[in-house]
Amino acid sequence: MALLSVQNETKRFGGLLANDAISFDVKEGELLAVIGPNGAGKTTLFNVISGFFPPTTGSIHFDGRDITGASPHRVASSGLIRTYQLVQLFKQLTVLENVEIGSHRVTEGGVFSALLRPPSMRRQEEEVRATARELLRFVGLEKQADMPADSLPYGRQRLLEVARALAAKPRLLLLDEPAAGLNMQETAALAEVIRRIHAGGTTVILIEHDMSLVMQIAQRIVVLDFGRKIAEGTPDEIKAHPDVIAAYLGGTETLDA
Amino acid sequence: MIPWRTLLPIAAAIVLTGIGLLSGSYAVTVLGFAFIYTIFCTGLNFFMGYTGQASFGQSAFAAIGGYGSAILCADYGWGPLPALIVTMVISGIAALLVGYPTLRLRGHYLAMATFALGLIVYEISIEWTSLTQGYMGYSGVPPLSLLGYELGTVEQQLVALLVLALFGIFISNRLRQSRFGRALAAIAGSEAAARALGIDIARCKLIAFVIAALYASAAGSLFAHFVGFISPEVFGVTMVVQSFAMLYLGGIGTTWGPMIGAIIVSILPEALRGLQEMQDIAYTAILIFILIFAPRGLAGLSSLFARGKSRKLEEA
Ligand SMILES: Nc1ncnc2c1ncn2[C@@H]1O[C@H](COP(=O)(O)OP(=O)(O)OP(=O)(O)O)[C@@H](O)[C@H]1O
Ligand SMILES: [Mg+2]
Repeated sequence: MALLSVQNETKRFGGLLANDAISFDVKEGELLAVIGPNGAGKTTLFNVISGFFPPTTGSIHFDGRDITGASPHRVASSGLIRTYQLVQLFKQLTVLENVEIGSHRVTEGGVFSALLRPPSMRRQEEEVRATARELLRFVGLEKQADMPADSLPYGRQRLLEVARALAAKPRLLLLDEPAAGLNMQETAALAEVIRRIHAGGTTVILIEHDMSLVMQIAQRIVVLDFGRKIAEGTPDEIKAHPDVIAAYLGGTETLDA
Repeated sequence: MIPWRTLLPIAAAIVLTGIGLLSGSYAVTVLGFAFIYTIFCTGLNFFMGYTGQASFGQSAFAAIGGYGSAILCADYGWGPLPALIVTMVISGIAALLVGYPTLRLRGHYLAMATFALGLIVYEISIEWTSLTQGYMGYSGVPPLSLLGYELGTVEQQLVALLVLALFGIFISNRLRQSRFGRALAAIAGSEAAARALGIDIARCKLIAFVIAALYASAAGSLFAHFVGFISPEVFGVTMVVQSFAMLYLGGIGTTWGPMIGAIIVSILPEALRGLQEMQDIAYTAILIFILIFAPRGLAGLSSLFARGKSRKLEEA
């Protein structure tokens, strides 16, 4: 059974059809890329899947449950974690604190446990910190742990956002153009990070403009153009797909990879 | 074990209280107000500093605490402690009822809604004369008593207020260094990111608002007992303006900022009294001077000494 199932999802903004009857499935453990020219509706698709916008019509099922129209924090609580095309960090907090907050979904405790601090709570706090440090090591930010998040260069902020999302132990991770604004080395490092996240068993959907990155790591690709799904298949199938070539020839981007 | 950043402010507050006790009852009164405001601002800091929301209506909850305690103790013979607790519960429920719809509003809508709340409670305290005695105010509120022992002198009450203020700061700091506290910091930092990590924003804001109301209510009750008299003016707009000055001066979002700000804003006008007509100018000049040279508040200055070590920005 599919981990995520998008069925006939349509999102209309006034007269604009940002997503037009999109359907696809993602299996557990898969790494799917969503590509398409600017304005094709990729981020909108993420916003709908993660509950930030309700779809105009259609449905979203995650892990067998209908999450259509559920609020973002509920969707996230169930293990579907997204990152942002424009990084959204807790700028005033340190790098480590950013990742610690990511653990919210997989930890417990409210006001009373905060006041009473039972041993289980202290243990949990230690684990939160240890996991955060481990994740910073994973993305190569351990040396910057105590720096304010907004003092990081942009490329590293993106990595921090990924580490923070991982702290939530996602079952499905949605990455919205994680390589945007990264240089070649940074992109290579990011590709390695994504590959390892996937190898660790996490299902990933990746929106990306960097075609070489997509062709390298994606198992399957969904192509959007003007809000519609115009193709779906393996990287090789997509490269040879006439509609895809047409869509990209019409625009400024190319499929050269 | 306990870091100097914690010990130093506690020691300073104790020394200041000692000096106050030796300087006569006027100094004791001024310091007593400072500690009551410390409690009020610590709660406000929870909502504004830690959670990053604006409320201009906290005075409403101080009024509930103040009038509630005054009425329960003076008219119904309740003990101050049960009255304090019951009025805190009432304020908490009021905050829940008011916060549930308004906290869904964003930015300045929330600020306006809370401001209206403060004005409404102020009007009620003036108009509902059968309950509040209107402009006349409410007198004859007994002094604080703890465990059946009445704190008859202002000196005894000052010590009690110091302990309560420190206790309030302790609680707020403990709440902050927790999963719940992290969720609040997340909301203050980026609501979009907080939401994407599964944080229930409306719920967290509501809890923070209720906590702030509990502090405000306690401060209102303590004021009534300390002065023995309350009137609508006590919980008017001045209280809001005053507490904002304290919060920003002391350092919003820091643990000790509310206390530092409350003490300075309370003491400064008294210290400048000798300047007579220049007093207001000097007072304003000093406040502006502090805000220019310590834009993150006085508590933020301690990070200057902590450079190089793990620079935990928020832990000043
Ligand atoms: N909140 C919104 N309100 C109105 N229109 C929107 C909104 N969000 C997106 N759109 C429009 O929907 C269309 C699809 O936008 P979307 O951001 O999903 O594209 P995208 O594929 O992510 O593009 P890019 O590659 O530039 O990030 C665009 O025309 C955009 O202007
Ligand atoms: Mg986009």
